[in-house]
Amino acid sequence: MCLSIPSKVVKIDKENSIATVDTMGVQREASLALIGDEDLQIGDFVLLHIGFVMKKIDEQEALESLEIYRDIIDRMNEDDKRMAILGEDSL
Amino acid sequence: MEQLELKNLYDGFRDAPTIKAYAKLIEEDAKKLQSPINIMEVCGGHTHTIMKYGLLQLLPKNIKFIHGPGCPVCIIPKERIDHAYILSMQEDVILVTLGDMIKVPGSKGSLQDARSRGADVRFVYSPFDCLKIARQNPTKKIIFFAIGFETTTPMSAALLESVIKEGICNIFFHINHVRVPEVMRELIKSRDIHVDSYNNKIDAFLGPSHVSVISGSKIYEEFPRDYNRPVVVSGFEPVDVMQAISMSVKQFIEGRCELETQYKRVVTYDGNLKAQELMDTYFEQRELFKWRGLGNIPKSGLKLKPEFEAYDAEVIYKDVLPLGEIEDHKLCICGDILRGMANPPECTLFGTACKPSSPIGSCMVSSEGACAAYYKYGNLIK
Repeated sequence: MCLSIPSKVVKIDKENSIATVDTMGVQREASLALIGDEDLQIGDFVLLHIGFVMKKIDEQEALESLEIYRDIIDRMNEDDKRMAILGEDSL
Repeated sequence: MEQLELKNLYDGFRDAPTIKAYAKLIEEDAKKLQSPINIMEVCGGHTHTIMKYGLLQLLPKNIKFIHGPGCPVCIIPKERIDHAYILSMQEDVILVTLGDMIKVPGSKGSLQDARSRGADVRFVYSPFDCLKIARQNPTKKIIFFAIGFETTTPMSAALLESVIKEGICNIFFHINHVRVPEVMRELIKSRDIHVDSYNNKIDAFLGPSHVSVISGSKIYEEFPRDYNRPVVVSGFEPVDVMQAISMSVKQFIEGRCELETQYKRVVTYDGNLKAQELMDTYFEQRELFKWRGLGNIPKSGLKLKPEFEAYDAEVIYKDVLPLGEIEDHKLCICGDILRGMANPPECTLFGTACKPSSPIGSCMVSSEGACAAYYKYGNLIK
């Protein structure tokens, strides 16, 4: 019910307050009634919910999260390697 | 990665190695916990993610989940479904609602049943579809049966605003919008006699994703401050949920009790102010709203403000809409499940009399309900 789909803005019709958005290859129209004066541009990523754009996705924050995930994987892999080496030493 | 692509927003947050890395990190941190913790994921979308991706199996035994009441379809009581059913049977009425409502049973049957008995009931993707239906059917009365938390409330407000601006005379509203902070507060404050008989077990909350996009994380400030319950606002993807669990566990081992946001790519402290303004313009809180499985909760539901009663189907059709209460099924334990006192398989009706195809209790009626999620994915946990 509250699920929402990340999509990319491909067209903006300011007069009618409608954007055309692309959701992984499928294009559809979405209302901009909840976006107000927020600066929305073609190429921006947005969250779509029941026919409305509900929020622009902050690209910088998304990239930072993905960066954190790479670090976590690296750190856990390092731990695995260290444990493996320690394991061998104790044999 | 310098440039974000659309597929990163999907794949990056469903990435199996990242989920596994978080599982390991959580396991290590959980060893430092002094006592087990119960986290309530308030939102049904989180319940679905946790079950679908088998996240419970990745967590150590001292971290448990309580599946919360955040499924707006599940919590609509029979009384309100009966209203929708009765409205759909009125002369010249087209009842419109979102697809999720189709199967939910009231005391007279579901809206699907109403349709099979001749009512004109339409399930739409967006509330704005009502505008088209109204234009195509100028002699009919279109009644929008509006459901949903703060995520969906502004869309109903935007529809009413369009109806007023465009001077459309044949769209009306039956409002069943509900609010998240009031039910969270109710669950931990144990206000009424029934709830007082339970020992509440919630230690921390995962805050809903898209309610928070609209309302901002500010609506949860009171929980760490006044009730000593940390809140981490989490996104819906499995990596989001694992990161949010990790953040919650860290709060406990570091002795913190704070409001934090994991879902920073769309959730801000203030939320979507335009959407909040629309809600405030058209809606006000009801004194009481009944939740299926939980009973009456003060201030938890919304209605149209009196100045918009010309659009309010509850006012216009008040002579045919009953006000009496209908009891929940006696053997159903949804209330206990929603308070974290029981798990779905402990219910005698679960999987026998109560199934997704013929639901009895609130938690089985939508795929976001705890019972429906256990029914679909629960074999993984045995």
